[in-house]
Amino acid sequence: MATEIIAAPTAPTRFSGLREFWYYFSMNRGAVIGLVVFVLLILVAIFAPLIAPFPADQQFRDFIRMAPPFAGGTQPQFLLGTDEVGRDILSRLIYGARYSLFIGFFVVTAALFTGVTLGLLAGYFRGWVDALIMRVMDIILAFPSLLLALVLVAILGPGLFNAMLAIALVLQPHFARLTRAAVLSEKSREYVTSAKVAGAGNLRLMFITILPNCLGPLIVQATLSFSNAILEAAALGFLGMGAQPPTPEWGTMLARAREFITSAWWIVTMPGLAILITVLAINLIGDGLRDALDPKLKRS
Amino acid sequence: MAIVLEASNLVRDYHIGGTLFGGGRTVHAVKGVSFRLEQGKTLAIVGESGSGKSTLARILTLIDRQTAGELKIDGETIDIAKTGVTAAMRRKVQIVFQNPYGSLNPRQKIGDVLMEPLLLNTDMPKAERRDRALEMLTKVGLLPEHFNRYPHMFSGGQRQRIAIARAIIMRPSLLVLDEPVSALDLSVQAQILNLLADLQDEFGLTYVFISHDLSVVKYIADEVMVMYLGEAVETGTRDKLFSNPEHPYTKALFAATPRADVESIKARLARKAALASA
Repeated sequence: MATEIIAAPTAPTRFSGLREFWYYFSMNRGAVIGLVVFVLLILVAIFAPLIAPFPADQQFRDFIRMAPPFAGGTQPQFLLGTDEVGRDILSRLIYGARYSLFIGFFVVTAALFTGVTLGLLAGYFRGWVDALIMRVMDIILAFPSLLLALVLVAILGPGLFNAMLAIALVLQPHFARLTRAAVLSEKSREYVTSAKVAGAGNLRLMFITILPNCLGPLIVQATLSFSNAILEAAALGFLGMGAQPPTPEWGTMLARAREFITSAWWIVTMPGLAILITVLAINLIGDGLRDALDPKLKRS
Repeated sequence: MAIVLEASNLVRDYHIGGTLFGGGRTVHAVKGVSFRLEQGKTLAIVGESGSGKSTLARILTLIDRQTAGELKIDGETIDIAKTGVTAAMRRKVQIVFQNPYGSLNPRQKIGDVLMEPLLLNTDMPKAERRDRALEMLTKVGLLPEHFNRYPHMFSGGQRQRIAIARAIIMRPSLLVLDEPVSALDLSVQAQILNLLADLQDEFGLTYVFISHDLSVVKYIADEVMVMYLGEAVETGTRDKLFSNPEHPYTKALFAATPRADVESIKARLARKAALASA
């Protein structure tokens, strides 16, 4: 009997939280626009082979550095023109979205996982564990991030995967610090003591009792890091240390196009615009999330 | 009656500071407190802020260890510095905290709050845990449909009921109540105190009730211990202590209680008038 009574109210309570979140999120018009752009980007990346007019590495030797139709080009099938070896830029950008989003997801997941674990350990155990972990994080933060990533890639060898590892390592101290600060403030709350008295061990206290209450700022940091990761991967690609040609990664495309910046502006502009729009969209989402998740900014 | 709790000469020191240039100093939070408590009785510990009440509570609930002294629960000597805290010990002592808004995990449903002690300390199957939790929920005056709700959907009084349910779901022999009603408004205070009294009758619970509110203590306590600067300055039955306080601090404490009966208000007004006319 009891099961029947209590089964019903589950759904409304869970959804009311979501609905409230959506209410505050949708108040921020920029965030909603960012979300729409981001969802479109994901769809483009998933369905790249269906959407792209040509394969990413198909060369049209008759139409090298063809301007886009709106800038005086004569070939309407190349919507954004062709690059220095006659590949369709639009197709390359569409395939490149896959790389950029994958970089974002991979880097954020890796950085989030290690950063949160380290921060949790530091904040929970304090003492020498805390000192050791946080001093290492301080050392990583003391380097300019791109420079450190560059050095790491130089050691590991250039390549997209190594670049992602390097970026994850560089971004991870932010997560560790944020988690540690949140854990410190949550740990002294009475519900943690209650769980301890109820018999919860260290692992349960850390991951089940404390961590879910620290997620708000971490989600925001994760979205902002997502765009950071894409930017840094593009920067590494531009410096020749990230994805290697002919991979249609946006940063790498920029690097190859540098010498044509005066003669064929579209080759360098289009990947740059793609990076700009993606990063802007994600940052807008991040800002919206921060406003929606921070109770202090809520208008009641 | 069986003695549930016996403390002899409990001491708790805190070491503070200890920088590069000088050793720290030691604060004696609890200085040799002894008492014994029979099953089914309520011991109230009264005292001002900083008198060591809460430190004592943390020792009794095995959150912190004592620096010295002996603690016996159900006749067993317990020293968590040596043995750690076992599931068997957890089953004996539980605590209810003062602040009902801080003592429940905001991301944990009420059902999970109640089932957590069972999950961690017993090997009960899930269905049985659920039944126990539902039973406890109704025992403390809540409804079965509250099982799947989150703490923010409850009022302070309801949250305190949940905290009480969580504390007694393991059927502990000793329940430490650390100012359980001082964060609640008066009418709710009365409800919670009545609930505590009912539960004590039903389960034969033994309470250590920590409070600074003497009217509450007068209502619920069998015995009273007055603490001042870490020492138990006076211990006795409620009637004896309230009618005939001996220690000067106890007298001062009782004198500091604001009174709201008609006589004392009239007396106060008369004093005021006398002062004004003088």
